[in-house]
Amino acid sequence: MAVSSGHIARRRALNAVFVGFCYLVTAIALLFLAAVLWTLVQKGLAGMSLDIFTMSTPAAGSRGGLLNAIIGSIMISSLGMAIALAVGILAGTWLAEYSGDSAFGSAVRFINDVLLSAPSILIGLFVWYLLVKPFHHFSGIAGGVALAFLAVPVIARTTEDVLRLQPTSLRESGIALGTPFWTVVRAILWRAGGSGILTGALLAFSRISGETAPLLFTSLNNQFFSLNMTREMASLPAVMFSGALSAYDDLQRLAWAAALIVSISVLGVIVGTRVLLREPRSA
Amino acid sequence: MNTLAPDTFDVSVARVTDAPVKLDVQELDFFYGKTQALKGVSMPFAEKSVTALIGPSGCGKSTLLRVLNRMYALYPGQRATGRILLDGEDILRPGVNLSMLRAKVGMVFQKPTPFPMSIYDNVAFGVRLYETLGKAEMDERVEDSLQRAALWDEVKDKLHSSGLGLSGGQQQRLCVARGIAVRPEVLLLDEPTSALDPISSAKLEETVTQLKNDYTIVIVTHNLGQAARVSKYTGFMYLGELVEFGDTASMFTRPATKRASDYITGRFG
Repeated sequence: MAVSSGHIARRRALNAVFVGFCYLVTAIALLFLAAVLWTLVQKGLAGMSLDIFTMSTPAAGSRGGLLNAIIGSIMISSLGMAIALAVGILAGTWLAEYSGDSAFGSAVRFINDVLLSAPSILIGLFVWYLLVKPFHHFSGIAGGVALAFLAVPVIARTTEDVLRLQPTSLRESGIALGTPFWTVVRAILWRAGGSGILTGALLAFSRISGETAPLLFTSLNNQFFSLNMTREMASLPAVMFSGALSAYDDLQRLAWAAALIVSISVLGVIVGTRVLLREPRSA
Repeated sequence: MNTLAPDTFDVSVARVTDAPVKLDVQELDFFYGKTQALKGVSMPFAEKSVTALIGPSGCGKSTLLRVLNRMYALYPGQRATGRILLDGEDILRPGVNLSMLRAKVGMVFQKPTPFPMSIYDNVAFGVRLYETLGKAEMDERVEDSLQRAALWDEVKDKLHSSGLGLSGGQQQRLCVARGIAVRPEVLLLDEPTSALDPISSAKLEETVTQLKNDYTIVIVTHNLGQAARVSKYTGFMYLGELVEFGDTASMFTRPATKRASDYITGRFG
């Protein structure tokens, strides 16, 4: 059968239209992203000063910074990530390596997926019932736990997916040396899937670092500097929330500065971890 | 062409002519769930020599290999009945220490499976499970294993770079080195060259040839030339049964059964 040049020309044209459309849509998406970033950087930088890092949140009209919120965010997020890494990696490992085809495994996987898309405000409310109401006061610990609930499903899911990608023969060669299965998981499979698990962890970290709703129910906010995690604690998202709602210019500027700090920190942590843990390339 | 009677070969008297028997498989049946994959296989594996298992795909060669170190025990639903004597001890009996069994019976797989760690750690990995060696001793063990696997010269300057950076053929020899580092007595090779190019295959065959004086080696292969080159004994399997067993030279020149003859001359399989 002869190839008709008309067909080819038509196909070419169609291809060009489709590719052009893809470019256009990408450009639109990037445009909005750039606009958001531009506003963030512009307004955030306007609110920056040395005070931001040395003083705690002020009352409207007086001098102040974000020191209490920065420290609070670091502590609450660290607690959340510590819990989430332990629970998430172990849960993902159990799902991938131990649950088999059991009904219990499928149930856990399903619930994890539901949790993955659960509204964060519900999680906040749940932890409020669990850790705030019984103790009659808000606390940084409750905030960390709420963030952990959000991070666990992300980490568990990616850990499971990454481990399932490892070839059966890799497991079997560990077993063939007489290695106990748990050691195969720990020393071989985790290492083989390390970068994937790390990606999951970073994804989880970026998800929780901007979360506000669950913190409003748990750690609330605190105008003063505090390292006590059993009490109310300031955090950057909470300051952003209250600042953005306030009628005062200086508090709004502070909120923009907080937003910029959160974004830069997430970027910094992601890039930093990638660079630090980069696989050494072999010769 | 020889005169062949299709069913006159009596595998129940399969013997090795010299050399003591290291592994003795007796009346082995194997099941994947309800499917029977091995039917009454009885076969000896001579000490410190190479035995090849040949036969068309799906005939049970690899299954037999995976019973010899009880790899199948990982999977519920797979079971074996019969007896397999390793130095006179039945390894199928319940209560066998599987770690100790696998320390004695090493295995190399079809596709190279280096662990995600340095070349040195790949080889030392298994050793660390069983022995506490000082640095000097461990260095020596690693070097010795890599030497035996005919890989030392190629990697001695980059022992601490990742094993994943080696070529496929080198990775496969690394797996051999890892297997022999724990000082096993038996080495199971499951189509070890099927994923390798001809040059790497030739190197791996050389490795096997180097090892055969010290280890009892069982090699599953689809490459008949390879079986003829490296093995002393050959078992021909078909549909889960051992059809013929004998020393390699006579199997390839004067097969006793029509099936084996047809397979070896390329008429089926």
